[in-house]
Amino acid sequence: MAEFLLDFEKPIVELEKRIEALKGLEGVDSEIAKLQKQAEKLRRKVYSRLTRWQIVQLARHPRRPYTLDLIPYLFTDFTELHGDRGFADDPAIVAGIARFRGRSLALVGHQKGHDTKERIRRNFGMPHPEGYRKALRIYKLAEKFGMPVINFVDTPGADPGVGAEERGQSEAIARNLQEIAILRTPILVIVTGEGGSGGALAIGIGDRIYMLEYSFYSTISPEGCASILWRDSAKAPQAAEALKFTSRDNLDHGVIDGVIPEPSGGAHRDWQHTAKFIADQIAQALAELEGLSHEELIAKRIEKFRKVGKFKTIR
Amino acid sequence: MFSRKNLRPARNTRKKTKLKDGLWLKCESCGEILYRRELDQSCWICPKCNFHFRIGHRKYIELLLDEGGLEEVDKGLVPVDPLRFPKYKEKYRSSRKKTGMEEGIVSGRAVIQGIEVIFAATDFAFMGGSMGSVVGERVARAARLALAEHKPFVMLTASGGGARMQEGIFSLMQMPKTSAEVALLKQAHIPYINILTHPTMAGVMASFASLGDVIIAEPGALLGFTGPRVIEQTIGEKLPPGFQRSEFLLEHGFVDIVCSRRDLRETVARILSLLAEPHKEPSTQT
Repeated sequence: MAEFLLDFEKPIVELEKRIEALKGLEGVDSEIAKLQKQAEKLRRKVYSRLTRWQIVQLARHPRRPYTLDLIPYLFTDFTELHGDRGFADDPAIVAGIARFRGRSLALVGHQKGHDTKERIRRNFGMPHPEGYRKALRIYKLAEKFGMPVINFVDTPGADPGVGAEERGQSEAIARNLQEIAILRTPILVIVTGEGGSGGALAIGIGDRIYMLEYSFYSTISPEGCASILWRDSAKAPQAAEALKFTSRDNLDHGVIDGVIPEPSGGAHRDWQHTAKFIADQIAQALAELEGLSHEELIAKRIEKFRKVGKFKTIR
Repeated sequence: MFSRKNLRPARNTRKKTKLKDGLWLKCESCGEILYRRELDQSCWICPKCNFHFRIGHRKYIELLLDEGGLEEVDKGLVPVDPLRFPKYKEKYRSSRKKTGMEEGIVSGRAVIQGIEVIFAATDFAFMGGSMGSVVGERVARAARLALAEHKPFVMLTASGGGARMQEGIFSLMQMPKTSAEVALLKQAHIPYINILTHPTMAGVMASFASLGDVIIAEPGALLGFTGPRVIEQTIGEKLPPGFQRSEFLLEHGFVDIVCSRRDLRETVARILSLLAEPHKEPSTQT
């Protein structure tokens, strides 16, 4: 596919291209070293002070690895399972079972597409009710066979259409929240890109929630927020600042458990290393959770949900 | 398990509401000119077209609960502004002034036709009845109180905005928090009843408002996840009349009963008495 560059990526990539062009030529080693140093300095400068809007752009990068891109790096024996057993199979959510470092587990994740055709087929990663219901079916399967669940979250939000309402979008999301709370198996969540409101939440809560460095998790899209606040969705960059929804923000809020670092330049530059960092986090989290009895697990999970919220008591 | 405290039918304790906006008003639906005092005495239902006017939590307390009303618990919880969000403080203050409420919810102990319950109601007049940390916390605590006291939980909603944008992720996370408490209530076989009123949308509808053992909706209420205007913008056409209204949800299988406001109290009481029958002893099964 054609190269897609964000504005702030351009100067860095241009330097990298110059370095590539010089490679193989005689007597340019010092020049290459100089340029590499320059590129590294520029990269550090740009990425250490990304605005929240720039992070949104990275989270939405068309080359960002999606669930089906990450799975081959993370798991073996992946077997995709389809359908909610009630209405349809939702291509915006993939689910299945697989093996991770010698143990079996269940997977659920949003799926976007890298080209137009696939994007449309996947409905841009916006689930319908049958997607959440498929996820719930897999959760129950995981519970039954003692498998932990790993969720990958990357969606602009729930599908805002007629069919989704007719088939009970609210009920499907609510039911997942209710059932996840008391599911008798460990549940991990990794927000890999956009954590878009209810569509993310329905597969986005569990015993541990981690976010990739350049992802966000929010109650409303920056565009939606801007059109409510200022009646102008073009003010999304300002809304992104107001919403404070990046991985670091949410770690500061105490809402998530950790930030998973991304390779230099962002996950889209290096899927393999992104997957490596995710795998390490999964392994660590499973080790922490596997010693717990079901009762302890659920009690801790519910305690975790209960603690979220900021208010004060007067009188 | 649910003791009958008061077998006498409740006296009609309805107070006269102030006639500050004049004696007459126009039905928002059919345009009929209505006498305000008469409307107040008929549960704010248009006698001509059955349109249910929006009423606040005070009126619902009057209409649904026995004498004595609501013995409120968890008062004094107020929001902070965790994100220092543009204009949140001002909005909160003006809502508080306008409604006389501390937040968009009331909750506490009550009696409905002699059956002791935990009752909570969100109020659209307060920032659209949206759910921030306080609303989420009070719903969660009310569910916990119902569990502790083995009383049914009756939850009435009027929440247009869903999760309150101004509290960002904290609002969103009230959805799993409230849903988890409902899950525990259900495990303990304690009845949980939803009364959905106009409007109940988005994050509220997609959490505790959709999880009742029995879900009752007032006629014509807007109930759903995505707001109709957003859907219309997305699909580029007008939605058919009645879309996302109570009757539409009944037809699609997402509410049990569409019930006139006039019959709400009797319906809730009847359902609770039926559900309570097989469980004389509190079940502790988890």
